[in-house]
Amino acid sequence: MQTDLPATFFTAPPGFGWLIILYFFIGGIAGGALLLAGLLRLFGTAADRPYIRIASFVALVGAAISGILLIVDLSAPLRFWHMVIQNHTGRLMFKWWSPMSVGVWILLLFGFFSLVAALESLTMDDRPLLRGLRFLARAPFDAIGAIGGIICGLALAGYTGVLLAVTNRPLWADSSWLGIVFLFSAVSTAMATLLLLSHWRRVDSANTNDWLARFDNVTLVLEFFAIVFFLLSLGGAARALLNAWGVVLVLGVIVVGIILPLVIQRRPSHSVVLPAVLVLAGGFMLRMVIMLSSEQIHVSGVQVFR
Amino acid sequence: MSSVTYGADAKPRVGFFTDTTVCIGCKACEVACKEWNQLPARGDGGAHLEMSGQSYDNTLRLSGETWRHVKFVEQFPQPYEGRWLMMSDVCKHCVQAPCLEVCPTGAIIRTEFDTVVIQSDTCNGCRDCIGACPFGVIDINHVSNTAQKCTLCYDRISVGLEPACSKACPTDSIQFGPISELRERAAARVVQLREQGESRAHLYGADPKGPLGGLNSFFLLVDEPEVYGLPREPKMPSRNLAPGSLLSTFGAIVMAFVGGLTLRASRMRDVARARREDAPRAD
Ligand code: SF4
Ligand code: SF4
Repeated sequence: MQTDLPATFFTAPPGFGWLIILYFFIGGIAGGALLLAGLLRLFGTAADRPYIRIASFVALVGAAISGILLIVDLSAPLRFWHMVIQNHTGRLMFKWWSPMSVGVWILLLFGFFSLVAALESLTMDDRPLLRGLRFLARAPFDAIGAIGGIICGLALAGYTGVLLAVTNRPLWADSSWLGIVFLFSAVSTAMATLLLLSHWRRVDSANTNDWLARFDNVTLVLEFFAIVFFLLSLGGAARALLNAWGVVLVLGVIVVGIILPLVIQRRPSHSVVLPAVLVLAGGFMLRMVIMLSSEQIHVSGVQVFR
Repeated sequence: MSSVTYGADAKPRVGFFTDTTVCIGCKACEVACKEWNQLPARGDGGAHLEMSGQSYDNTLRLSGETWRHVKFVEQFPQPYEGRWLMMSDVCKHCVQAPCLEVCPTGAIIRTEFDTVVIQSDTCNGCRDCIGACPFGVIDINHVSNTAQKCTLCYDRISVGLEPACSKACPTDSIQFGPISELRERAAARVVQLREQGESRAHLYGADPKGPLGGLNSFFLLVDEPEVYGLPREPKMPSRNLAPGSLLSTFGAIVMAFVGGLTLRASRMRDVARARREDAPRAD
């Protein structure tokens, strides 16, 4: 009777549902966006400024939405602050070995750096109200802001997969590759968001778009290989994907979200919108498949239901 | 990973030894637990009674409202041939507890008895511990909206009483006491059963060198652990912490470098192009 099942199948689902899927998606985009904003601030030119502004605001709004989603998802939302301050002692709450605890601090720091980035991008307009903040755009604050944003953005994009791995749930804890998969996917979805928004705001700069497309191509290829390694590392736990979720993973995430955008972007005069929308759809489906395929497995009585 | 020591306040390590061979499935332990801990019948107050539909066990699973669950293993290959295995399941009070390890609010603590308790006034219901427990023990209690599970009757043992479940158990299938004593008793029982011909009798979780540093509530089983819905090799969530973090950090460095290098290369190309366009033409 079920003696060949991996140990992770004998556990209970934590109920990480749509709110968490949405958080992983939006938080990933926000994290990737702050990486892009930071890179453009460090190595870009004046033509990149509109992109920096869009990316910084994507990061800031994403951080705010992420915080709200996480709080609403708690079973006792009013106690969200227990993650930051110990309710019994008033001391700071931090456990470096708990990715959820680390993640809370990453999100807080990320919120700070995305706010700095957004304010700095506004000072470019010479608004009288923001004159006092111009120092943000000067050395060394500009570099500190950019590098801090890059580090926090990458951390936010990648820690979520590590959080899932540091549990005992099927798929999530059967591999150490989820963090890097989510990271690459976050960066590619951030690029897609930036391309779409810049297109919509009509700030298309051929050079910046060209860089985003190149960077995106590399990231998508890396994401593809990371997903392959993730699947290979699952061993017997891969059976959790021998169902409709596996089909969504192959067709939705890999074909629609990675291969098609790569093929389209190879065409000389391709649309900006289509590959970006496909990348976003693939990134969302990735998180949906990973979360829901694991969530549906549970032990009840002595049976493991799949 | 952090270890709290109670020093002189430490009490003898206690736990449960559950001998599944004498369990008769009466569920007295379930009822006693609910009565003592004032737990509702079901999360929804019993409005929707969930039935298994395939077993005489309708408790189904441990949950935020059910901290003891008598599992029925119905092994009936033929209608009139087979056996029932009964096992009163509970939190294992792991010596290295995965739930305690991940809890980001510090709600889960190790007590002076070496048991594992969730402080309900600290828990905010993030549910990280639910996915971390290798045995599917923890769940959200829908009255408190926090994660809850067996406390090994912390309130009772603190004043020298025995936990409600073991007190109620009519066959002594659940035995409470100092771990060292329980281990001796359990080992003797395995020998006795083997002498009587039950060669599959073995202890699950009694070995301090075994998974999770041993379980403070351990079991005597007469079939494979999986048959009882137990994982053969329960593991710590932190096994993936270092490899997962290292891989992600590696990925992050790759992203920063690829992004930075492609951006610089593209800007150098722009500059070169601009220079070419500005240069005076030869013709
Ligand atoms: S059995 Fe689960 S809930 Fe109980 S101490 Fe171990 S990990 Fe925690
Ligand atoms: S649900 Fe409560 S006890 Fe469980 S990990 Fe979160 S805060 Fe800790």
